Amino acid sequence: MAKTLMKGNEALSEAAIRAGLKAFYGYPITPQNEVPAYMAEHLPLRGGVYLQAESEVSAINMVYGAAGAGVRVMTSSSSPGISLKQEGISYIAAAQLPCVIVNVVRNGPGLGGIQPAQGDYFQAVKGGGHGDYHMIVLAPGNVQEMADLTTLGFDLADKWRNPVMILGDGILGQMMEPVEFAENQEPVNVEKPWATTGAVDREPNIVNSLDIIPEKAEKNMQALLAKYEKIKEEEVRWQEDGTEDADVILVGYGTSARVARSAMELARKEGLKVGLFRPITLWPFPEQRLRELAKPGRKFLAVEMSAGQMIEDVRLAVNGVSPVYLSNRLGGMVPTPEDVLTKTRDIVQGRVN
Amino acid sequence: MKTVFQKPEAMTDVPMHYCPGCTHGIIHRLVAEAIDSLGIREQTIGVASVGCSVFAYDYFNCDMQQAAHGRAPAVATGIKRVRPEAMVFTYQGDGDLASIGMAEIVHAAARGENITVVFVNNAIYGMTSGQMAPTSLLGQKTATSPRGRTVEEMGYPIKMCELLATLDGPAYLSRVSTHDSRHVLQAGKAIKKAFEMQQQKKGFAMVEVLSTCSVNWGMTPANALKWMAENMVPYYPLGVYRDVTAKEGN
Amino acid sequence: MPRGEVIVNKELCKECSLCVVACPHGVLGIGKTINSKGYHSVEAVAPEKCTGCTLCAVMCPDVVLTIKRKSPERK
Repeated sequence: MAKTLMKGNEALSEAAIRAGLKAFYGYPITPQNEVPAYMAEHLPLRGGVYLQAESEVSAINMVYGAAGAGVRVMTSSSSPGISLKQEGISYIAAAQLPCVIVNVVRNGPGLGGIQPAQGDYFQAVKGGGHGDYHMIVLAPGNVQEMADLTTLGFDLADKWRNPVMILGDGILGQMMEPVEFAENQEPVNVEKPWATTGAVDREPNIVNSLDIIPEKAEKNMQALLAKYEKIKEEEVRWQEDGTEDADVILVGYGTSARVARSAMELARKEGLKVGLFRPITLWPFPEQRLRELAKPGRKFLAVEMSAGQMIEDVRLAVNGVSPVYLSNRLGGMVPTPEDVLTKTRDIVQGRVN
Repeated sequence: MKTVFQKPEAMTDVPMHYCPGCTHGIIHRLVAEAIDSLGIREQTIGVASVGCSVFAYDYFNCDMQQAAHGRAPAVATGIKRVRPEAMVFTYQGDGDLASIGMAEIVHAAARGENITVVFVNNAIYGMTSGQMAPTSLLGQKTATSPRGRTVEEMGYPIKMCELLATLDGPAYLSRVSTHDSRHVLQAGKAIKKAFEMQQQKKGFAMVEVLSTCSVNWGMTPANALKWMAENMVPYYPLGVYRDVTAKEGN
Repeated sequence: MPRGEVIVNKELCKECSLCVVACPHGVLGIGKTINSKGYHSVEAVAPEKCTGCTLCAVMCPDVVLTIKRKSPERK
């Protein structure tokens, strides 16, 4: 198929429909409005259900119901709306239901603003709702990846019976780039014998997150944690460039990684040995590979549009072997390659502690 | 002799955890009898809520989902929209439906969502040990209205059937009671009708069932039935508040 | 010979007495035996009076009672 120019939000919507999406439940919020608009336009004509819920809370619980009924389902929102969905996401994770949740992140906290940001990192990768659980969190870095990681997201959700979050931001959602979809893509049809589809010739299925017997609840948790360990082993994804000889490795995801790449290119032109490490899965975080890259004399610079969130995972990964610095902008401001380059120079020349 | 009354097939053999004399058990049985009599057990997907009936998924012998507090109508909507051939019902208490889940029930009703809602109103939070509910009566003493519910402090009880009847969406709204055998039989008919409405794709159907909570009301089960008849029924008048098939029939 | 028969699943009974109150003929009463949950289960204290009308079972919250009847009730 020929490349088409699309907004990131539209590309991920199209990818979801091609992945066999059967229902989209959402609620309007900027800057993700192109997603529900695209779904409302296209999904009902292509065998699915579009429904605008009365709130984000209802939307995520509709997702719970449809996921429990065994179909591919998604919702999308932006930061304040994702906060409202946290209760439902916790239930979905606990009941082990597959679904895709898109967060086109804007600046916060509170009502914040509508500009791109990455301040929902902790919320996305550390749980967000109550209890011990994880989503698989995918961080696209361009419009093509907005589509491709959405396709992957549905497959991972079904494979692991786990919610998957696509963590974008206002820039990735709104910007246009050429995007290509595979020809004649057949959605994967996963058997879901656990789903509530009507108890015909079998015992009833129950979709549930409740167990008040501590001994059983602990066993359930251990099974859930064992699943998370397997996901950590099998599903870590990242991209790296110029890390082999690097004195400084820039670490960033999403829009920050795009800025970091430009900074790296500028730095290389100046003769500075700078590399780029881009986590694609934020959970599971590519900690093993970062640990391998850490060595005395090598330094890391986390590039973020948040107040120093991802940097904590980088520090945990390198575990004191290498120092880790931060270059960030806040409030919906986007870092420039020059900002990052300046900080890189400072690090190389020992002007930062 | 012929067996004329036994446990319906749509109920499991799991003993129910409800307190002695709690009318939840009666209402569970009425739902199961309706499912049996319509022969829809294998296509039914129930949604349990949060409150005393949180374990309802163990008692109904059909596919079940357990929903977060108040969200059962949203969960049911999610299911019904992708499985329109399924018979989807929610089973919710007054805290779940009329307090924390008010938005979900109102919008499901307004959309005319083709689901069946069994709303159990016992005017108190039972599971959490007897706090004031949105449906607690004026003057009713609870753990959180120890001197009795007053209009000045807590406002008025919410009448859900009347409230939802202001919307165009609902196809069937009915309030019934469980205070004696005659009314229980009527309640059973209303619940069956609410499933029939879904079967006929008429849209949103809700039966509000007045129920007791003898433990948290502080009386014997038999006295609780009497108290319900004397206090709840006058404030929450029984009857049909919407029936689109009645209009069609006449 | 009674027209009806009440069969009590004593293990399920919680001694709430709603069936005792519901029976128009005084067939049922709270018995002396205790089930494993510690409740005095209901029993047919006057089984000869049972008409099989099912009103007791209709009011039972725990599906304790199964009812048999000689012929279908007249309508």
